[in-house]
Amino acid sequence: MKLFIGFVTKEFYHIFRDKRSLFILFGMPIVQILLFGFAITNEINNVDIAILDHSKDATTKEIINKISTSKYFSIKQHIEREADIETVFKKGKVKAVLNFEKDFSKNLIKDYQATVQIISDATDPNTANTISNYVSSILQNYLQEQNKGIKINYVIISQPRMVYNPELKSVYMFVPGVMTIILMLVSAMMTSISITREKELGTMEILLVSPIKPFQVIIGKVFPYIFLSIINAIVIVLLSIFIFKMPVQGSLFLLGVESVLFIISALALGILISTISATQQTAMMISLMGLMLPVILLSGFIFPISSMPVPLQIISNVIPAKWFIIILKGIMLKGVGLQFIWKETLILFGMTFFFIVLSVKKYKIRLE
Amino acid sequence: MGILVSNISKSYKEVKALHNISFEVKPKELFGLIGPDGAGKTTLFRILTTLLIANEGKATITGFDVLNNFKDIRKHVGYMPGRFSLYQDLTVEENLKFFATIFGTTIEENYELIEDIYVQIEPFKNRRAGKLSGGMKQKLALCCALIHKPKVLFLDEPTTGVDPVSRKEFWDMLKRLQQKNITILVSTPYMDEAALCDRIALIQNGEILQIDTPENIVKQYSKVIYDVSANNMYQLINSLKAYQHQHSVYPFGEFVHYTDTRSDFNPKELKTYLEEQKLSNISIERTQATIEDSFMEMAK
Repeated sequence: MKLFIGFVTKEFYHIFRDKRSLFILFGMPIVQILLFGFAITNEINNVDIAILDHSKDATTKEIINKISTSKYFSIKQHIEREADIETVFKKGKVKAVLNFEKDFSKNLIKDYQATVQIISDATDPNTANTISNYVSSILQNYLQEQNKGIKINYVIISQPRMVYNPELKSVYMFVPGVMTIILMLVSAMMTSISITREKELGTMEILLVSPIKPFQVIIGKVFPYIFLSIINAIVIVLLSIFIFKMPVQGSLFLLGVESVLFIISALALGILISTISATQQTAMMISLMGLMLPVILLSGFIFPISSMPVPLQIISNVIPAKWFIIILKGIMLKGVGLQFIWKETLILFGMTFFFIVLSVKKYKIRLE
Repeated sequence: MGILVSNISKSYKEVKALHNISFEVKPKELFGLIGPDGAGKTTLFRILTTLLIANEGKATITGFDVLNNFKDIRKHVGYMPGRFSLYQDLTVEENLKFFATIFGTTIEENYELIEDIYVQIEPFKNRRAGKLSGGMKQKLALCCALIHKPKVLFLDEPTTGVDPVSRKEFWDMLKRLQQKNITILVSTPYMDEAALCDRIALIQNGEILQIDTPENIVKQYSKVIYDVSANNMYQLINSLKAYQHQHSVYPFGEFVHYTDTRSDFNPKELKTYLEEQKLSNISIERTQATIEDSFMEMAK
C-alpha cells in the first residue's frame, strides 16, 4: 500500500509539473467539446437567399414574408431577371435563390398548382440539401394553413417525427463522440507516453532492478489517469448539460460505470502501445494513428457504420469506441437502462479484460 | 560470496559485444572494469544486473543465479546506470524518498549508510534533480542506489562527465562504502581511477586482457618509458613514429610516452635525431609506467 501511494504520488508530480501534459489533460477536452459543439454543425441559421419574383402578387408576398421572418433565412436581395441568378451565385452573396413563376397566385387558384423553383448552391451539398428541405417545409406549412377548412379528398400527409433529438441538434451527435475521443486520447496516449518516458530517460532500468513487480508498476501508472479521466468525463457531461442544454435521459450512475469501463480499456491499450514502442514519439504516433483515426472514422461517430462497405463494418466491431458510443447514446439520449445495453457492455468488458491480460503479459521484465 | 562470472558471451545480431568473459569479485572488494568506450562494459553490467540475458555462460551474484534467481538479485543489489537515470522533474528529496519506497524501506532506516554523501546535497534537497550539477547528480544517484543497503553495488561509469574534484570525492566515498561490507563493481574509462581499485580487469572489444591488482599490472610492464617533449607536439609525434627503432609512441598530457625496441637505448641518439628533424627545446626523461601504458601495450 505504501508502495502504491509512493508510486502514484510520483506520477502526479510528473503530471502536474509538465505543462504540456496538463494542457492535453484539461485544456484539450474543453476546447474540443466547444469546437465540436459550436463550429461543426449541420444546422442552418440566417442563410442569405435571393428572391426572383415574376408575379409579385399577394400569395408570393405572403410566402416571402413567411420565409424572411423565419430564423433560418434572411433575404439578401431581390433580383429581376433570370440572368442575374448566376451572377449572385458567382459573387457568393447568397446560398439559394427562390424563383416564383409568373401568375403564381392565379395558377394556384385555377389549377391548384403553382411552381416555385429552389435553386441552391451545391458546392456544399449538405447545406444545399438542408436549405431546400427547409424551404419546402415552409411552403407546405403555408399551404396547410391556407387549406384549413377546405376539404380535399385523398391527400396523404406524411408526418415525420424525429425521436430522441426532435430538433436534430448536431451537438447531440457530437457529445458522445467527442467524449469517446477525449477519454481514449487522454487515457491511451498519456499512459503510453508516461511509460515510454521511463524507458527513454533510463529510469525504467532502475525500476527493473528493484523488487517492484510489473503489475505494481502498471497499476501505479494507470491509477492517476483513471482518476483524471473520470474528472474529464464529468467536465464533458457538465459542459454538454449546461452549455449545449443536452439532457442526460438515463441514469448518471450507469453512465459513470460505463465510462470507467471504457477508460480502463483505453488505459490497457495505452500500456500495450508502450510495450511495443521505445520512444515517447513512437508511442504518440501509434496512439494518434492507430487509435484516434479508427475512433473518429470507424466508430460511427461521424459516418454511420451501416453505410460503410462490409469489410469496414466488420473491422469496426473490434474498436472499443464503437460499443462505447452506442452505450453513451443509449444512456444520454434514449435514457435506456442496462437491460438494453448489456450486450455492448459485455463486449467492452471482454475487450478490456483481454487488453489487460495481454499488456501484463507483454510487459518486459528485462531490457529487450 | 561476491560476484562470479564464468564464460559469459553476448552478441547483438552480428556484433559480438562480449566474448568468453570470466572473473570473480570477492566479497567487500572494490573491483574495477577498465576499458575504452565500446569495450562491452555496459553490456556486462546489464547482464549482471539481470537486465539482459547472456547467450552463453553463467553468472552469480552473492550466490544467486542471474537468470533463475533474478528476483532475489533485484532485491539485494544497487545499480547506477551510466546515464543519469533519476527523475529530473522530481526534487532531490522526492527522488530519494521514491526509491526508498520501492525498495520497501525509508530514508531514516538506512540514513547512516548515505549520511556522508547526503549531507553534501542536503542543502539542495528541494531542487529538481534535472537542475543539479554533474557531481551533485552522481552523488544523488549513488544515494538512491544505496538507500536499501545493497550487498553488491554496480556503478557503470559513475564519474564520466564529472569534474576532477567531484571525481576524487566520489572515489573517497566508494572506499568508505567498502568498509561497510559492500561489494563494489565499478567501470571507468579513466585509467587514473584504476589505481584506486583493489583489483582491476582490463577489457577491450569484449575480451578481458588481464586481471590483477593495479600495482602488479604496472609491475609487469617490461619496457622503459621516456617522457619526451619538444616545441611542436604534432611534429614530435610524427617524427617519433617515423623513427626506425620506435616501439610505441603515445601522447600523454604535455609529454609523449616513448619506448624503444632496443635494450641498450641511448636517449642522446634520439635527441640528435629529433634535432635533425628541426625540433627544439627537446627533453627526454625516464618515467614510471602507468596503467594506461600497460593497457596500451596489451591492446596493441
